[in-house]
Parts: sequence; structure tokens; C-alpha cells
Amino acid sequence: MRITEKEVRYVAGLANLKLDDAEVARFRADLDGILEHMDKLNEIDTAGVEPMAQVLFGQAAGLREDIPEQPLGNEAALANAPRRGPGYFKVPKVVER
Amino acid sequence: MDIASLSIDSIREGLLSRRFSAAELAADALRFAEAANPETGAYLRFSPERALASARRVDERIARGEDPGPLAGVPVAVKDVILTKGVTTTCGSKLLAGYVPPYDATAVVRMEEAGGVILGKTNCDEFAMGSSTENSAFGPVRNPVALDRVPGGSSGGSAAAVAQGTAVVALGSDTGGSIRQPASFCGVVGVTPTYGRVSRFGLTAFASSLDHIGPFARNVKDAATLLRAIAGRDVRDSTSAGVPVPDYAALPGGGVKGLKLGLPREYLKDLKSETGALISGGVDAFQRLGCEVREISLPSTDYAIACYYIIATAEASSNLARFDGVRYTSRSASSETLADMYRNSRGEGFGAECKRRIMLGTYVLSAGYYDAYYLKAQKARALIAGDFARAFEEVDAIVAPVSPFPAFKLGEKVDDPLAMYLSDIYTITGSLAGIPCMSVPCGKTAGGLPVGMQILATHFGEPVMFRVASAFEQAGGVN
Repeated sequence: MRITEKEVRYVAGLANLKLDDAEVARFRADLDGILEHMDKLNEIDTAGVEPMAQVLFGQAAGLREDIPEQPLGNEAALANAPRRGPGYFKVPKVVER
Repeated sequence: MDIASLSIDSIREGLLSRRFSAAELAADALRFAEAANPETGAYLRFSPERALASARRVDERIARGEDPGPLAGVPVAVKDVILTKGVTTTCGSKLLAGYVPPYDATAVVRMEEAGGVILGKTNCDEFAMGSSTENSAFGPVRNPVALDRVPGGSSGGSAAAVAQGTAVVALGSDTGGSIRQPASFCGVVGVTPTYGRVSRFGLTAFASSLDHIGPFARNVKDAATLLRAIAGRDVRDSTSAGVPVPDYAALPGGGVKGLKLGLPREYLKDLKSETGALISGGVDAFQRLGCEVREISLPSTDYAIACYYIIATAEASSNLARFDGVRYTSRSASSETLADMYRNSRGEGFGAECKRRIMLGTYVLSAGYYDAYYLKAQKARALIAGDFARAFEEVDAIVAPVSPFPAFKLGEKVDDPLAMYLSDIYTITGSLAGIPCMSVPCGKTAGGLPVGMQILATHFGEPVMFRVASAFEQAGGVN
């Protein structure tokens, strides 16, 4: 077994994902099978191989000129918020007074 | 007007000869698409106001004697992971059921500037994660060729709309095959351009080192025309390439005689089915066209699935962190603390496949596993890309299957995620290398199900890829 239910719960915590018990059991089994397949990678010799993090680093356009642009605007940015106050997103209280 | 058989050229001819106006065409196309849509569910919603406004702009240009643009009046469907200002964009997720984007994707802006008319948004797997469109929170799409079967995925709605005739062309997105595989399943043309060829600004990010926007069409020329309209550098996407965009549709004549095509032996060893026979028939057709087909080897193919599903899920776990119930997603109703609000909103909002991939991606990036999985996968990716680089030293293009099998029945594979992942083998290799690849129809099985031929070229090799595809199409594929 490559992954335990305890590890599944730990990873779900890292991912900020609430899972019920049935999901924990199911994902444990799913991930176990998938991780077993991923062990295939141990078969290849990658000594001296540079990791490939980007496809076309040299040909990408890179950063634009630093010219100020009109931003999205407060109203547009808040329009889809589930809860908002005047000019800000509202969330449950973070700090106790 | 026979909406379902229109092409970009026939629309242009009709507009310029004043047989119909763009506004009339848009109204007819919307009426037709709305009436036909219940059969497949390809569209999640229509955008009639935006369509008619775009069409009127085309008519005004024509009235002023201006060129109305290469996509003048062309009805387009847009995958619902691509942002459209003022038109709800859900990414197939309950989390974004009411999300109305405040800006347009660059590909959408360019497509409309070229005269394109957006009819509506198409269904897809949630956040583009899937190979059947069954992972949408808004129900599946039916394949117009066989209604009891999936259209493929994740861009299943866009492929189905073009196949059904409810759009002339469509925009999709491809991370590991999400344009080519549904194009193959629905019998249309689907193109994944070179990584960086089309700006991803406004494409909801799934796996940033693998995501592409690309076209669907019913013929190669229409796909090439749409790609040219949306391609090119964009200051809003630092990964977009500053390489000039050629006129892909103005393909040089002279066919493909003498071109060298590679056939990867690793792709054919397990392909004994009807799909394999059709691909063999396609290879014969290339030989009849005067191509020199030779067997090549892509020795790292066996590791591609593991490599892809580590990199893609790792990047996804990071990209999907933004859907947290604060800024634009729905929020869980009952949460006392901020941390609970995040967990509950995400736990209630994401579907099973997204959760599975977030879990896998978080796991492979977590402390103690990074080197064994993520770093190892990035090295494997370099080997896979190297296989292609070596192959293109000896061949002009590669021909290959798209999927090991044609469209499967709805529900047939939903319970076996690994089996679903393994079926992406022929498309993810090109995605990992970042090379242009496309699916072009290659005949049908005895049961009438379409099969696609994949054509791959080197980075920015779209011209030769379209040349090969066009010759194949004109030769009638395998028929």
C-alpha cells in the first residue's frame, strides 16, 4: 500500500479540501492505484538530465514594457464576490479581538 | 440557409455577394443551434445579444466597403473555460455557476476582431479535467454521431457543436489531448498549436506548462484560418511566443510528395483493434500521396502517462487554489472560521475528478515526495521532448493514432480513473513536448464511429502540419 487514509486526510488538509469518510476511502484506493503506475518512472535513468520546467523559454515573449495600464477597477473585481463590503471582500473573522 | 454545412469561405461569399447579412446569419444560426442543442447538450448557454452585436459590426464594415475580416460573420462556439466578458463562464463547475467574467480572453477578442460571432459557451469536463465531458457539473454531452456515446473531452461540447453543425468553428483548450481526442471522437478537425502560439490570457489555468487554446472546424482550411486569427504575441501572456504568424490557410500547393513521415512503433504495438486498421489505411493513403513513411522510435513513450499525470496534477493543485470562496466562487453557507470556509467551499464545490487531481498534485508536491515525483517527472519530460527533437531531425512530420479506441458509451469508464488516464497515451506525449499536433478524420469503424489521424510537427511547424492534413483530407482520408 502506497498511501494510507491518514496520509489522505493530511494531504486534504494541505489542499484545503474537506472530504467525508467515503471520499477518503475512495481517494485512498484511487491514489494507490495511480501512484503504483507512477512507480514506472523509477525504471528510467535520469542521471544528468536537466528537468524541463518550461517548453520554449527562449522564444517566449517575456515581460511586457512597464507601461501603466487601466486596472480592472474595484467594482468589476468585486462583482462576483459571494460577500462584499464597500471596496473589499468579506470573509469570516480571522483575528479575535 | 443550410446552417449545418456552412464553411468560412461559403459565409464570406454569401456576405460579400449580399445574399445574406451577418445579422440574418447570426439569427438563423442561433435559432438552429437552440433547436438542435437539446439532442447533444453541446452548449451550456447562448449569447444572442453578443452574437447580434458582433454580426452588426460585420455588416457595418461591409456597408462601408471595408474588409469584414477573415472570420466575417462566422458562428463560433467557445469552450466554457475561456472567459467572455459579461457572458457567464462556469468551467463546468458548480463553484463558478454564477460567474460573469469582467474581461475577455485574448483569443476571444482576436476572434471577434476578425469578424467571428460567438453563439454561446460549450460544456466541458470540470476545469478541463477529463476525457469524456462526463465530469461537468452540468451534465454530460452526447456525441452527435452516436447519441449514446461520449463526445470525448475535455472540450466535448465544442467538438459536438461543430460536428452537429450548430457552430461552424469552435475554440477549445488542450492540456493533454482535450482538443484532439474529442475531434477524433466526433469526426471533426481539432488543432493543438505549438505551446505559446496562442495567448492563454483569459483561459482558466489548469496546468500552465501544458495548457493551449486551439480551434475545431469541419475542414482543415477553416481550422487554419481560425488559428491564424487568434495566434501571436500578447503582452498579457508572458509565455506567448514572439514568433511571426504565417497565413496557415494560404497553403502552398504541390501536395506532400516526397515528404518524410514518421510512424512511431511504440504507438502501434498495442493497437490491434479496428482503430489500428483505420490508422494503417491512413498510412497507406499517405504513401499513395507520395510521402515516404518510415518507422521511428520514441523510446520514452512508456513513461509519458506517469510523467503527465504528475506534472499536470501538481500544476493543477496550485492553479485551483484560487477557487476558495472569497473572490469569485460560491461559498459554503456554514463556516465559522476562514479556514473552515476555504475547506467547506472547496469540498462542496469541486467534483470528484477535480478533487482526485488536487489530492494527487498536492501529494506529489508535498514534503518528502517532491524529488521522487515532480522533479523526476520533469526529467522524464525532458527525455520525451528529446525523443521528438531527434525524430524531427529525420522526418518532416509524425503520423499517429489519437486514441486507442473510438467514442465509448456514456458511463462506461467513469468508475476507473486510471483506465481513463491511460487512454490519453497518444496525445499527452505531444503535449509534454509542446509541439503542434492535430486530429483529422481518418474514416469510420464498421459501427459508424469516427477515428482521427494525429499529425505532429516540430515547434512552430504548423505550416507543414496543415499541409499534411490538407493533402490527407483532399485525398479523402482512408475512404
